[in-house]
Amino acid sequence: MEEKRRREKIPRQKMPEQDPKERIRNFLEVPLGYPPDVAKLEAERCLQCKKPPCIEGCPVEVDIPGFIKLIREGDFLSAAKKIKEKNALPAICGRVCPQEVQCESKCVLGKKDEPVAIGRLERFAADWERERGEVSIPEIKEKTGKKVAVVGSGPAGLTVAADLTVLGHDVTIFEALHKPGGVLVYGIPEFRLPKSIVEAEIKYLQALGVKIEVNSVIGKIRSVDELLNEYDAVFLGLGAGLPLFLNIPGENLCGIYSANEYLTRSNLMKAYLFPEYDTPISKGKRVAVIGAGNVAMDAARTAIRLGAEEVHIVYRRGKDEMPARKEEILHAEEEGIIFDLLTNPVRFIGDERGWVKEIECIRMELGEPDASGRRRPIPVKGSEFRMPFDLVIVALGTAANPLLTQTTPGLVLNERGYIVADPETGKTKKEKVWAGGDIVTGAATVILAMGAGRKAARSIDEYLRTGKW
Amino acid sequence: MFRIVSKKTLAQGTVIHMKIEAPQIARKARPGQFIILRVDEKGERIPLTMASTDPEDGTIDIIFQVVGKTTALLSTKDVGEYILDVVGPLGRPTHVENVGNVACVGGGTGIAVLYPIAKAYKDAGNRIISIIGARNKDLLILEKEMREISDEFYITTDDGSYGEKGFVTDVLRRVLDEKKDLKLVIGIGPVPMMKYLSFLTKEHGVKTIVSLNSIMVDGTGMCGACRVTVGGKTKFTCVDGPEFDGHEVDFSELEKRLSAYVNEERLAMERFKCTCEK
Ligand SMILES: Cc1cc2nc3c(=O)[nH]c(=O)nc-3n(C[C@H](O)[C@H](O)[C@H](O)COP(=O)(O)OP(=O)(O)OC[C@H]3O[C@@H](n4cnc5c(N)ncnc54)[C@H](O)[C@@H]3O)c2cc1C
Ligand code: SF4
Ligand code: FES
Repeated sequence: MEEKRRREKIPRQKMPEQDPKERIRNFLEVPLGYPPDVAKLEAERCLQCKKPPCIEGCPVEVDIPGFIKLIREGDFLSAAKKIKEKNALPAICGRVCPQEVQCESKCVLGKKDEPVAIGRLERFAADWERERGEVSIPEIKEKTGKKVAVVGSGPAGLTVAADLTVLGHDVTIFEALHKPGGVLVYGIPEFRLPKSIVEAEIKYLQALGVKIEVNSVIGKIRSVDELLNEYDAVFLGLGAGLPLFLNIPGENLCGIYSANEYLTRSNLMKAYLFPEYDTPISKGKRVAVIGAGNVAMDAARTAIRLGAEEVHIVYRRGKDEMPARKEEILHAEEEGIIFDLLTNPVRFIGDERGWVKEIECIRMELGEPDASGRRRPIPVKGSEFRMPFDLVIVALGTAANPLLTQTTPGLVLNERGYIVADPETGKTKKEKVWAGGDIVTGAATVILAMGAGRKAARSIDEYLRTGKW
Repeated sequence: MFRIVSKKTLAQGTVIHMKIEAPQIARKARPGQFIILRVDEKGERIPLTMASTDPEDGTIDIIFQVVGKTTALLSTKDVGEYILDVVGPLGRPTHVENVGNVACVGGGTGIAVLYPIAKAYKDAGNRIISIIGARNKDLLILEKEMREISDEFYITTDDGSYGEKGFVTDVLRRVLDEKKDLKLVIGIGPVPMMKYLSFLTKEHGVKTIVSLNSIMVDGTGMCGACRVTVGGKTKFTCVDGPEFDGHEVDFSELEKRLSAYVNEERLAMERFKCTCEK
C-alpha cells in the first residue's frame, strides 16, 4: 500500500527541451530525451496492469508494461529488445508517433491523472541501445531462395523488408530518391527527427542483408511487371507524395512552395546549410503557411529557423479543428508562430518580377459539422482583406502519385487514386503484388504504415512458402 | 555511382558533351526523356535531357552548357570519374508519328534536346526542315548530326559569323510564309525564342511542340517545383511534360520561375570560383 501511494505521488516526468529562444536559431532536436534516472522514475508510475489497455492502443501491439518494467529495473538494453520484438523502428516511433491518441490515450492513469509517458520511454530505451552501439541482429532464418522487390523505402517498405529478410527471403528495395527513408528523410525536419537516427536504422537493415537500390523510379526504369519477371513478390509502399494546391489565382508565382518542395529542399537536400550545400531555398521575411496539420507546423518551424521575421499559420477553420498534434501546435506557439484562424486565401498577388507580395484572404465562420465531423467553415461575405507576405508554403495535404499506379495494368485503384488492398493482408487485386502505407490509406502515420508493412510481410511469407495466392 | 566514359568540349569550352555509364537507363530511355543528376554529396539535383543513348554500350549522352555552380562542377569531372546520382529516364517520351513536313527549330544548347526528337521524327518517315542557330559560329553545336537527318537545313547566327545573320525565328517565319505545308513545328531553345516561335506558328495555325526546362527537385511529381501553366491549368513539367503545346504555355510565368534563384546561383558560383582558384 505504502509502495502504491509512493508511486501515485510521482508526477508525469517532463521532457527536457531546448529553450525556444535558442532553438529557433538551430536545427537541433527540440526534446532532449530523458536522463536514465528520470526514465526510471517515469517507469515507476506504470501500474503493470493485468489486462493492459495501452497495448490495445498500439497499432503494432508493443508489450508496453513489459518494456516499462525492464526500464524500471534498469535493464535498458532488454527494454529496447522487448520493444523491437514488435516495432523495428522504436527510436523513430518514440519521436513521431501521436501517442496521445494511441497507447497513452488508453492508459488507465489517464483517467484521473496524466498517462504514463510511453512514447518518451520508448525513445529512451531505443536511444540507449543505439548510443551504446549495442544493436543486436536477430537470428535470420534459413535462406528460402525467394526474391522480393519492395518499391519505396518509407516506413512501410522498410518494415516489409526487415521482416521478410529475417524470415529468410532475399529482399531488394527500390527507391526513387537518392536516399532511402521516404517521408522520414525528405519530410520530417531534423529538429523533430535527426537524420542520423534514420540512417542508423537503414544501416541496421543493410546489416540484416536488405539490398537498397536508390535512384530507381519504378514505372520508369522498370515496370512492376518487369520486376515480377525477376522477383517472386512485389510490395508497393509508394506513400502519398502528390502535393495538393489551393487552385486559386496567382499560385504559380515565385515564392510559393508546396510543403513537399519546401521540406524536401530543407531536409533531403540540406538547403538550410546553403551555400555549403548547393540546393537553394527562399528564406522569406514574412512567411505564410497555409494549413494547420503536422506538415504545416513542420514547415512553419523550419521557416522560423531559416531566419524569417514573422511566420503565420493561415487556416480556414478554428483552433479546435486544427489537425496537428497538440504538442506540435504548442511547440509552434512557443517559437512565436502567429495563428491566423478562420482565414482562407482567395488569391495571391505578385510584384512586377513575378514574386508573391500579398495574399488576399476572406474571413470564415463555422457552420454545421461536415463529413469529417468538424464544423464546416463558411466565408463571411465582403470580409476580404490583404496581408503582405514574401514567401508562402501550401500545406494542404497530399494525394496519390499516379506515376506508378497508372503504368501498372491489373492494379485496382479507388476513386481517389489509392491502391485497393486487403487491410488484413495487403494483397492488391494484382497477383503477387502487395501494397501498404499511405498509398493505400491516404496520408496517415509512420506507425500505421509500419503496421501495414508487418501484415503484408506475414502474407507474403505465407505465399512464398505455400505458393497459394 | 555513374562513370564518365568520355568527355568532349564543344563550342569553345562552354558546352560539354559527356557519355555516362548507365545501362538500365540507356535500355529504357526514349527520345524526349531526361535524367536528374547530383554530382556529389552536397550537390543539387538538376535535370538534363539525354541527347542520345546507346543501349548496347549501356551509355547515355548529356550535353550541357556551363551556366552555374552545378554545371561548372560537373565540367571539372574527367573521364573515369563518377557522378554520384543519376536517375531516369524521366518525363514522357516524345509522341512520334508520321505527319509530313516537320520543322525542327533549335537554339543554343536546345539543339541537344532537339536532336533525338528530330531524329525520331525522321525515322518515322517525316520530311525534316531543320533550322538551328547560336549566338556565333563557335557556339553552334551538333551541326553535322542535325544536317544528316535533315531534308532541308538552315543555320543562323546572331552576329552573322556563320549561316544567315539573325535568329532561327527569322528563317522559320520565311518557311511559314512560303506555305510549305508544315504540319508540325518543334521548337527548343531559350524561353524567349520558344515564346516568339509559338507566337509565330499560332498566327499561321501550325501545331507546335516545345520542351520546357523548368526548375526541378525530385522529377517524379512529388514537389511541384516544376509547375507551369498550360492552357490555363497547372501542369508538372517532370511528369506531364517536358513537351507541351507551345500555343498553350504561359512563357512569361516560366521565365519568371526560372529566375527564382538568380541571387543564390550567383553566390554559389562566386564561392565555387574562389575554391577553384585556391
Ligand atoms: C512533413 C511530414 C511530417 C509528418 N509527421 C509525422 C509524424 O510526426 N508522425 C507520424 O506518425 N507521421 C507523420 N507523417 C506521416 C508519415 O510520414 C507517413 O504516413 C508515412 O511516412 C507513410 O509511410 P509510407 O511508407 O507509406 O510512405 P513514404 O514515407 O511516403 O515513403 C514512400 C517512398 O516511396 C518512394 N516512391 C514513391 N513512388 C516510387 C516509385 N514509383 N518508385 C520507387 N520509389 C517510389 C518515395 O520516394 C518515398 O521514399 C508526416 C508526413 C509528412 C509529409
Ligand atoms: S495502461 Fe498505463 S499503467 Fe497500465 S500497463 Fe499500460 S502504461 Fe502501464
Ligand atoms: S520536379 Fe518535383 S514535381 Fe516535378
